[in-house]
Amino acid sequence: MPLSASKIAVGDTHESIIVEDLKRTQIVQYAGASGDFNPLHTDEPFATIAAGNPSTFAHGMLTMGMTGKMLTDWVGADRVTLYGGRFTAQVWPGDTLSAVATVEAIREENGEHFVDLTISTTNQDGREVFAGRASARIDA
Amino acid sequence: MAAERFPIEQGHVMMFARAIGDYNPVYFAEEGAIAPPTFVIADMHFDPESGLRPHPDRQWHGSGKEPTSRPPEGSGGGGGGGMGLHAEETFEIRRPVRVGEVLTKTTLPGETWEREGRRGGKLHFSETLHEYRDESGELVVIARMVGVRTERNPDA
Repeated sequence: MPLSASKIAVGDTHESIIVEDLKRTQIVQYAGASGDFNPLHTDEPFATIAAGNPSTFAHGMLTMGMTGKMLTDWVGADRVTLYGGRFTAQVWPGDTLSAVATVEAIREENGEHFVDLTISTTNQDGREVFAGRASARIDA
Repeated sequence: MAAERFPIEQGHVMMFARAIGDYNPVYFAEEGAIAPPTFVIADMHFDPESGLRPHPDRQWHGSGKEPTSRPPEGSGGGGGGGMGLHAEETFEIRRPVRVGEVLTKTTLPGETWEREGRRGGKLHFSETLHEYRDESGELVVIARMVGVRTERNPDA
């Protein structure tokens, strides 16, 4: 159900928990689906002993993908026209992430309506792990 | 770089949607399924030279008998493990990617820049643009990737 320009306002937010207690298996699932088998994400002995990290950690794109579910659940999977952001901190197995979209602008272009959003994903300690933005086509 | 063929396959989209925890039926439909907004990143399966998976004729640095087969010197430590880290990604989506179509990817170099890291050592950023076009040549998605490499152990 797409959003309507007449039913949202600048400052409106939509928030959801995108993952609770992230499992290593999901990181491996993402490696398989995306094709990014970097052992930093998939191989605990490599990540810890060889690379000196506390454990494996999630692909930034997994965080972005999970955050995208919050976005598409709100605006509609076929309505996204722009989605991007920066990976600002690592995401570890066991993390619980929450994502929020905030309406920055509602605009009309060539008779079509769009919403511009800022997006922020934070972990259980309140640290931002993904700082993004998105735009979507909405109804009038 | 030559254009790469990227067929959008039902099983691939299904696995990708599951991996991001998104069971929206629009990604699983028998007819008319679309792909999640970030799906084009999975085109690396179709890159014959992708360095992010093992190849039969090359050494892979992941653990086997030892935690790594890579020599200890160099950029082994910290976040990137020598492969670099993904700093930013942006998708400009002209229309949803559709299961069953074949996209063609063209890669264009972007800008490069440097800055000092928080714990010292230079951070090298490089931008790459990927254009995905459909069979009629129409632009479907433009992906802008920023990667970062460090000279010393980073903290992220």
